[in-house]
Amino acid sequence: MRLSCPICGVRDRREFYYQGDAVALERPAPEAGQAVWDAYLHVRDNPAGSRRELWQHEAGCGAWLVVERHSGSHAVTSVSLVHDRAEETGA
Amino acid sequence: MVDLTDRSPCAGSLPLRIGTLTVTEVELGRLTTVSPFLGQRRLSAQRMEAAHGIPWPEPNRTTGTDAARAIWFGHDTVLLAGPAADPSLAQSAALTDQSDAWATMRVSGAGAEAVLARLVPVDLRPARFEEGHTARTLIKQMTGSVTRTGPDVFLLMVFRSMAQTLVHDLTEAMEAVAARG
Repeated sequence: MRLSCPICGVRDRREFYYQGDAVALERPAPEAGQAVWDAYLHVRDNPAGSRRELWQHEAGCGAWLVVERHSGSHAVTSVSLVHDRAEETGA
Repeated sequence: MVDLTDRSPCAGSLPLRIGTLTVTEVELGRLTTVSPFLGQRRLSAQRMEAAHGIPWPEPNRTTGTDAARAIWFGHDTVLLAGPAADPSLAQSAALTDQSDAWATMRVSGAGAEAVLARLVPVDLRPARFEEGHTARTLIKQMTGSVTRTGPDVFLLMVFRSMAQTLVHDLTEAMEAVAARG
């Protein structure tokens, strides 16, 4: 498996660290309530299908990436920088 | 006051000569990572060029010469090698002195790509990795920096504590390639 880093180009999977579901980028408001925070921290779907995941190009440029990947076929449909998203949303 | 002896990271283990290849230690001088604050990359680039006379490198590229070199070193990070970073850069970027943190080696000679192909999971052949190109990638199991500075010349950087490991890995790869004749 290879991932196409927006900065470095196509690189071997061993250069990347898998963090988990990209839900970590959608942090709820502090007063959102126990149920919302519980879901944010602990509840994850495990779909056989398209997923949005957080990866880090750990052994390369170090950038955090949002990777859209199909968990059945392993087809990667998009890779983007968390940094760009942060600049857009100001988060 | 104890008088400490300055010892380079590869003292005693380099130079190395096997087959057509030579590995030597390189003293790059002062090493400073320059990481521009959000939105201040252009300003940092202007200051780098004004103070040190070298253009800000694009991702995966290096600029300058051995006297003063800028090596792209990661997401929004450039390594300034040679002179001490000009104080003006600190106004628009985070500067970190890394002078003692890295071991730098020069691998040179015909067939250097064949040796590095055994260690680095990036295509380093000249058609894809030209003079002035650089990559942050793996060197065997270590994270490092690989830069081509000439037709058959590469600059390898790993953490200083990994210097002996890189010498060992290079020795094995060079012996294996030389044995193929």
